Amino acid sequence: MSTTEPVKAMTEPWDARSRLPARVSMPQTVTPIVPSGSIAGRSLTAVVAIMTFLAALTAGAVAMAVGSASDWQSAVGREVTIQIRPIAGRNMEADVRTAVTLARNTPGIADVRAYTKEQSDQLVEPWLGSGLSLNELPIPRMIVVKLASGTSPNFAALRTTLAAQVPSASLDDHRGWMDRMRDMAETAIVAGIAILVLVVIVTVLSVTFATRGAMATNRPIVEVLHYVGATDDFIASQFQRHFLILGLKGGAIGGGVALLLFGVIGAADAWLSGTSAGQEAGVLFGSLSIGRVGFATVLILIGLMAAVTALTSRRIVHQTLKSFE
Amino acid sequence: MIRFENVGLRYGLGAEVLRDLSFRIDGRSFQFLTGPSGAGKTSLLRMLFLSLKPTRGLISVFDHDTASLTKDARATLRRRIGIVFQDFRLLDHLTTYENVALPLRVLGHDESGYRAEVVELLQWVGLGERMSALPPVLSGGEKQRAAIARAVIARPELLLADEPTGNVDPNLGQRLLRLFIELNKSGTSVVIATHDIALMDEYDARRLVLHEGRLHVYD
Repeated sequence: MSTTEPVKAMTEPWDARSRLPARVSMPQTVTPIVPSGSIAGRSLTAVVAIMTFLAALTAGAVAMAVGSASDWQSAVGREVTIQIRPIAGRNMEADVRTAVTLARNTPGIADVRAYTKEQSDQLVEPWLGSGLSLNELPIPRMIVVKLASGTSPNFAALRTTLAAQVPSASLDDHRGWMDRMRDMAETAIVAGIAILVLVVIVTVLSVTFATRGAMATNRPIVEVLHYVGATDDFIASQFQRHFLILGLKGGAIGGGVALLLFGVIGAADAWLSGTSAGQEAGVLFGSLSIGRVGFATVLILIGLMAAVTALTSRRIVHQTLKSFE
Repeated sequence: MIRFENVGLRYGLGAEVLRDLSFRIDGRSFQFLTGPSGAGKTSLLRMLFLSLKPTRGLISVFDHDTASLTKDARATLRRRIGIVFQDFRLLDHLTTYENVALPLRVLGHDESGYRAEVVELLQWVGLGERMSALPPVLSGGEKQRAAIARAVIARPELLLADEPTGNVDPNLGQRLLRLFIELNKSGTSVVIATHDIALMDEYDARRLVLHEGRLHVYD
């Protein structure tokens, strides 16, 4: 390619005293072309870590909410109740027994449990107070019917049979409550996913701007590489690799801390599950586990952050190179 | 080697800053490019370096019409040209040795293969004992020599220097000029952009003078 003579053939133009000593201390490692420990790089890693942590928290919270809403729906949907009202001239105990028998004979029913009179009295005790004689009050009796999983009993037929044999009985399949619960759960899920999408968009924008900031300090390196004959792809790949590592590092820190936090919450939930406080928390919040979907979402977020930083740096390199010509 | 025919250059919609440039740069030649500040010396150097496209006219570099070259092809041709900037443009996080070796590194050469060559060149420009130093601790003259070494390490056929003595004292400027002359004697064509009359008077060479957008050649 070149027509010039080898450098060694040149004569010495500079001072003889500057000749290389016998033993020269040479650098033992090759410094990366893009500096790895710059302030801008560390700042970018911190931004990626914080934003990934926040996005992972949102993703985990949404996963928990979706799981809890699903648990509520299935728990309520697996149970119906039969109410026996006291009617003059009818034997309440006999009506309860008949209703229990009819329910047990219906296909798809897993368990039937009738509340005793004492248990029914206890149900109204919080409102009426203890120590009162409730014998004179027309307190209805409840029968809890649990459905076998995966089945759909014929409630219309059960309702007709009950009306014929136990006129004081009414079957409540919680349809109205279930519909409202389903609406509420679906609203919570849609709102959660919408918030997650917004947080992810904000995260991507923040990381993009932080990458642009970090790249601005590297413009002289792009210029020098261009002037020493590097191809655009070579320059872009140098920065893409460097920023991919920064993004992965930040994402792993932020996502890792979020997963650790969810692990601690899950462990605390499991530890408290036998206690009354744990049971109350379980009733209020459902399961405090993000599940496999939540875990996978956090991993996807980590990958997304790394990809955003790498691709943004690549795009900026090409924009910078375009401005040179 | 390099041929300009009726080349014109304008920035945006403004008037032409360079007009009807027609000249040749032959192999193993030595020339000064001069003119008042703002005459367009740096723009002309950038066109020679394929880093700036002309608005009109033909530029042929190493027998290639630059108008028809792809970006990668221009990068490949650029490897046959070395360039030295007035502000050195050394990378502060790389040692002197690594800065000088950078053109070979981007070519994908193995470090063990070019180490001896880089060391020898650093000795030749008087930086044998400063190989591990980072640019911020080098003097102006040392930085300029490192920049020159980086420009010639890949043995370019053409060396462009933009005000190479602008930041050094007259004595050092003369020594740098001797360095360019030695490089020219070894076969490299040299174009030195300067407005330092005293420096040009040191060496009898072809002069390309830019004045009011036009080029006047004094052989």
